[in-house]
Amino acid sequence: MNDMTPTREQRTAALEGMGCKRKRVEDIRFTQGKGNYVDDVKLPGMLHGDFVRSPHPHARVKSIDDSEALKVPGVLAVITAETLKTVNLAWMPTLAGDVQMVLADGKVLFQNQEVAFVVATDRYAADDGINKVKVEYEPLPPLVDPFKSMDPNAPVLREDLAGKTSGAHGPRKHHNHIFEWTVGDKELTDAAFNKAEVTIKEMISYHRTHPSPLETCQCVCSFDKIKGELTIWGTFQAPHVIRTVVALIAKLPEQKIHVIAPDIGGGFGNKVGAYPGYICAAVASIVTGKPVKWVEDRIENLTATSFARDYHMTTEIAATKEGKVTGLRVHVLADHGAFDACADPSKWPAGFFNIVTGSYDFPTAHLAVDGVYTNKAPGGVAYRCSFRVTEAAYCIERAMDILAQKLGMDPAELRLKNFIKPEQFPYHSALGWEYDSGDYGTAMRKAMETVKYAELRKEQEQMRAAFKRGETREIMGIGVSFFTEIVGAGPSKNCDILGIAMFDSCEIRMHPTGAGIARMGTKSQGQGHETTWAQIIATEIGIPADNIMVEEGNTDTAPYGLGTYGSRSTPVAGAAIAMAARKIRAKAQMIAAYKLEVHEDDLEWDIDGFRVKGLPGKFMSMKDICWAAYNSVPPGMEPGLEAVSYYDPPNMTYPFGAYICVMTIDVDTGVYKVRRFYALDDCGTRINPMIIEGQVHGGLTEAFAIAMGQEIRYDAEGNVVTGSFMDFFMPTAVETPHWETDFTVTPSPHHPIGAKGVGESPNVGGVPAFSNAVNDAFSFLGSTHIQMPHDFWRNWAAAKSLGVFASA
Amino acid sequence: MAKTHITMQVNGAEVEGLVEPRTLLVHFIRENLQMTGTHIGCETTHCGACTVDIDGMSVKSCTMFAVQANGSDITTIEGMANPDGSLSALQEGFRMMHGLQCGFCTPGMIMRAQRLLKENPSPTEQEIRMGISGNICRCTGYQNIVKAIQYAAAKINGVEFREAAE
Repeated sequence: MNDMTPTREQRTAALEGMGCKRKRVEDIRFTQGKGNYVDDVKLPGMLHGDFVRSPHPHARVKSIDDSEALKVPGVLAVITAETLKTVNLAWMPTLAGDVQMVLADGKVLFQNQEVAFVVATDRYAADDGINKVKVEYEPLPPLVDPFKSMDPNAPVLREDLAGKTSGAHGPRKHHNHIFEWTVGDKELTDAAFNKAEVTIKEMISYHRTHPSPLETCQCVCSFDKIKGELTIWGTFQAPHVIRTVVALIAKLPEQKIHVIAPDIGGGFGNKVGAYPGYICAAVASIVTGKPVKWVEDRIENLTATSFARDYHMTTEIAATKEGKVTGLRVHVLADHGAFDACADPSKWPAGFFNIVTGSYDFPTAHLAVDGVYTNKAPGGVAYRCSFRVTEAAYCIERAMDILAQKLGMDPAELRLKNFIKPEQFPYHSALGWEYDSGDYGTAMRKAMETVKYAELRKEQEQMRAAFKRGETREIMGIGVSFFTEIVGAGPSKNCDILGIAMFDSCEIRMHPTGAGIARMGTKSQGQGHETTWAQIIATEIGIPADNIMVEEGNTDTAPYGLGTYGSRSTPVAGAAIAMAARKIRAKAQMIAAYKLEVHEDDLEWDIDGFRVKGLPGKFMSMKDICWAAYNSVPPGMEPGLEAVSYYDPPNMTYPFGAYICVMTIDVDTGVYKVRRFYALDDCGTRINPMIIEGQVHGGLTEAFAIAMGQEIRYDAEGNVVTGSFMDFFMPTAVETPHWETDFTVTPSPHHPIGAKGVGESPNVGGVPAFSNAVNDAFSFLGSTHIQMPHDFWRNWAAAKSLGVFASA
Repeated sequence: MAKTHITMQVNGAEVEGLVEPRTLLVHFIRENLQMTGTHIGCETTHCGACTVDIDGMSVKSCTMFAVQANGSDITTIEGMANPDGSLSALQEGFRMMHGLQCGFCTPGMIMRAQRLLKENPSPTEQEIRMGISGNICRCTGYQNIVKAIQYAAAKINGVEFREAAE
């Protein structure tokens, strides 16, 4: 060896594999404005479609007159439910087993519902046309409050369901009832409550909000009449699912549908489902024979495409005097709006809400969820969350604080006392999950030590005393949250979407010069897959990440996959990458053995190639093996070096974390200040720490928004009052706190590289940390639970209701 | 609708077009000039994805008519790379500091940041945060965007960039 021979460290570093803070390959184009988003797609002769929408939350549609609209220069067609009925597309199935109007069929059920689709030569002409469509409505009484949905005299919202006493998830109790979902042992749980020394009960609401990615939902549909082929460019988090849905409902042969998801400007769950805009643009293209673009504006996005949350959770915990939990009972009222358009795996009407036992060893639990209809936009999607896990984490984390308050215990201490212990994994929860791995106590204690938790509590005590003496008008809150997520949907035994098992896939094809392409069933919306997927391959097969191109989003070239949402990409597709790469390496080993003239078993893997055991000089690099794969493979072996893996995970993964938020609130103004926010995440093996940190920052910022003000609110008449960024809280750099991130590593035992997924953890754990901080601040004044979102006005109102102005 | 002839400088080149008086500048840039780096996020001047530089000021091009920009000098994200095609200090800063994820806000963010650094070559963290408060990012939580702008400021000023301690 001479001095030029790279060291092992240099060889490893050259790969930029797992664990490396590799800079993102996507950024080269994005920083130059050279991304290719849907609205950037321009085709010759392309038309624009836009919606006539209902001003009423609930009304009968008496007539639609498009005669004046069709006289507007540039307007070519007006599509209504009557048009869609000719192709049997006036209604479409939702992923939750319900059906949804594509365009108003007889009545409208929420404000801004799609009523007609105007197709014109450009977007301005389409808007002109919209203004000329005359729709006659007969207003009906709106149903806004979900707690009144099942009143005996509540108005009938879904006339299409008349006489249907059961839905996709079992019996319906009322004409506005969708489903009831129960899990757990009711008798055992009731018994635990009957003999409990201490119990708490609270109605904890998680308000309606919206994912609102900066790029709205949009598509371009182009139907080729000669070939009978439909090409759709769209903002799709799950392009293959969209292709199959189109094939099933439009009765087009699936091979003649080409779905392309180009660069996507954020998704956060908003871009999983199918929306009327996609159907209408496709039909308009078939009708006109020209490509048709549909681009949602922000008001449409906030008011019509899927909302998130709107869960009202009556929560009870039974415990001993010493603070050991003995039972959990939760009833949820779920407001789904006008149509149940959840994007959950088919068998899970309330998603994975049964993770609600959280990080604690509950001997027994019972959960019941009732889904109801109201005159609001349909949903709800998993906004940076794995299918109702955010709601579950908020529920249990808030309830644990309430229990701590009742017991007079420190909330961190109560958590430590009730954690599932490391030796209990794999842990079977009372509501049916098998947690894969965890070390909760270590994470919690690390968080407490880092923020000097005990000192913070002392400071809080002093501030409270000073407040009572009238020396300050500021109160201090310390919010503790310890969450366990359930991500990586999911195993085919219990997860499917429209009957398709929720596996994911990777196809790797190596080229002769030691480069390659990986094609995926997932679709990045900002997560940086082009960067991180190549890192997994680099470590697995010893080819530099820079030499691996990652391609996603084209259903013609990508292997079938279920897409990117619910933090499933790393747990499922990340595993598929490792498995495909290992197939490549296995074939490479055979080629190397042949070329080095030894038995396969005499070879060992060494960073970027195979070495003959005991003979350090006899080595064949993966780069050279790639070349050999195309000219000198062993006799009987097929040339080439490629592999595909469809990975059906054996279990979900269970990331966890400990978050602590320190906040002060001025009781006279309600203005809060986040003094410190510390987030410790354990997502198992870390692929790219830079990207993990970025994901955590972003998720925490969305959690901050939701907890502290972001809400989709309706007035009593059913009008949306938060329909633009003027009213819908979007934190800027000024409001957003500084984030401190930290980690522990507890690999998943069943995942090929031990990774668990991280994108949604900060939202799941962040919301309870903020809310617990606010509630902790007010608790010494006698409050038990204040509903989110905790904006300045609500903080002021809480202070007022607690009587702090009476003595002033 | 009658159309108006307009001319302007965009990224140093003379351009012209026929537009309706109601045509928004952002649509003129994206549709007529085919420069799609300038994005539309809200149409209500809140999000800043459409920010361009007009005659030395940051302007949200979704709330300005193209005819109002007649005769002006405009820079868009397409004009931000170095003359040799390499990434400019800000573009490099965003990449090095992981100041972007989905990339949709990035062009507007960079356009705003370059004007901010011209107005204030050595801004404090608070000045940066205030300076970009007209631009919304949904992915990054801003912390790394602040660092990206600090990185660019240091590079432009020829001083060593020191990342603030956590």
